[in-house]
Amino acid sequence: MAAAILTATASDLGARIAARELTAVEVTRAFLDQIGRVDGAVHAFLHVDAEGALAQARGVDERLDAGEALGPLAGVPLALKDLFCQEGVPTTAASRMLEGWRPPYSATVTQRLLDAGVVILGKTNLDEFAMGSSTETSAFGPTYNPWDLARIPGGSGGGSAAALASFEAPLAVGTDTGGSIRQPGAVTGTVGVKPTYGGTSRFGVIAMASSLDQPGPCARTVLDAALLHAIIAGHDPQDSTSIDAPVPPVVEAARSGDVAGMRIGVVTELGGEGYDPGVLRRFTEGVAHLRAAGAEIVDVSCPHFRYALGAYYLIMPSEVSSNLARYDAIRYGRRVGDDGTRSTEEVMRLTRGDAFGDEVKRRIIIGTYALSSGYYDAYYGSAQKVRTLIARDFEAAFAQVDVLVSPSTPTTAFKIGERTDDLLAMYASDLCTIPANMAGVPAGSFPCGLSPEDGLPVGLQVMAPPLADDRVYRVGAALERALAAPDGGVLSDRLAPRWTPDAPKEA
Amino acid sequence: MALTTADVARLADLARIELSAEELERFAPELDIVLAAVASVSEVAGSDVTPMSHALALTNVFRDDVVRPSLTPAQALAMAPAVEDDRFRAPRILTEEG
Repeated sequence: MAAAILTATASDLGARIAARELTAVEVTRAFLDQIGRVDGAVHAFLHVDAEGALAQARGVDERLDAGEALGPLAGVPLALKDLFCQEGVPTTAASRMLEGWRPPYSATVTQRLLDAGVVILGKTNLDEFAMGSSTETSAFGPTYNPWDLARIPGGSGGGSAAALASFEAPLAVGTDTGGSIRQPGAVTGTVGVKPTYGGTSRFGVIAMASSLDQPGPCARTVLDAALLHAIIAGHDPQDSTSIDAPVPPVVEAARSGDVAGMRIGVVTELGGEGYDPGVLRRFTEGVAHLRAAGAEIVDVSCPHFRYALGAYYLIMPSEVSSNLARYDAIRYGRRVGDDGTRSTEEVMRLTRGDAFGDEVKRRIIIGTYALSSGYYDAYYGSAQKVRTLIARDFEAAFAQVDVLVSPSTPTTAFKIGERTDDLLAMYASDLCTIPANMAGVPAGSFPCGLSPEDGLPVGLQVMAPPLADDRVYRVGAALERALAAPDGGVLSDRLAPRWTPDAPKEA
Repeated sequence: MALTTADVARLADLARIELSAEELERFAPELDIVLAAVASVSEVAGSDVTPMSHALALTNVFRDDVVRPSLTPAQALAMAPAVEDDRFRAPRILTEEG
């Protein structure tokens, strides 16, 4: 019984809770028990809010028992990336700087989840301030990939992705600045979508690079991700970059999965040298499945994508250096060395030196450099021009095709520690995902089988024009359908024997 | 364009981050590698390309000028490192010379 709850899809759990076959409390308890059982090995969570989650679940049960009609995910538990403020619940951004901080308000995304009756189990691990591609820069220790505990779960949202893959939660929310939703999705065999920039509110999300950051849904199935997307997306007057337009029909697209007649472009620059042969093989097969489902496949060149990584590593740190200036040891967060004799500036320097980790310091320093007088035009200014060229590549491509596809990542999950001393190798993890952030277009990563080389998950990325998020889900659903097991199971279901207590040991 | 430890020390100073000698020694070559890798960006775009700061072409998004609920002083001060007389207590702001 418990295993049947743990491995169920969120949409199925929501339907059974709405039909009163299951209670929200019963479902919430099953996932809290699972977290208690497996999180010692996975370390997906930084904080488990058992009491709060059960109180939310009881509230949902009472409303449903009273005959109130709630949304499709009411009573379904979710793991929240610890970058989202939740009133009264510890929110750290995986940094010593915010250790012990409890926000006085909730992010818009958090509030929308609570209003929809989604039960927030706790806060998940991430790279410190979301800066990383492996969750190894978290000040509170790494998260381990449920497919192979010696490997990284991706980053920055490794905790959210690992929580899904170890059946600690059927839903999660992440943020994506250069791939922090999609790359963890790819390497854990789960679904992750970065909406169109402005499609989801950034209000109450701890900022990394404001022109790139975007909250988005994570789940094990395409439909679950779409249902979650529909809850968290939509205009928010509290975020001045929020788009005042209807949410694209993502749920309908996920249910349909019909790609007949769709024109799908394979980005020629995202593949070839530097990519694992096993990744390319599964990607090519995935594209063949889409062709078999009726899509027309063409090659499309986006010549400036090769400069995206370089431009990103100037624009992102520049915004980081500005955004993280707020950690000044005055109003909230850590304060170090205030002995009554030191000046505000000395205390600020000591605090930031003490409480920021290496990667955060490096990025602030690079950003300070790129923005400094004499270098601004050569670095930040040039990077902004490259951003224009990338956006033009997308525009030209979408004049020819409905969506673009590529591998989500050049390689499968690497070993913990393997790239911590090689920054460029670490940064290259986001090679395929960064262009979408630079141009603000929606993009998602979908499971595309296991690499024949190492047996680890491969992701296929779908990118669509601005505000056409539904196309991302349509293609993802077509792929999911083509790759489904005879019982309809998705890739991550293969982990059920390993991580759920009562499941049969043979998949 | 080799980034020296002195350069890193100056940048850390601008960013108000205290770095140890060990960190300066470690970061300088690391950051030099990163900056060398991104330098090609300056050669890509010509002067005719308009810089893009943002994915959305939005300008001047205003809200109505009405009073909305906000944090109470108690809520705002609840997580402060130090509080005195219902205010944030900052470290010393004047120097000996100041």
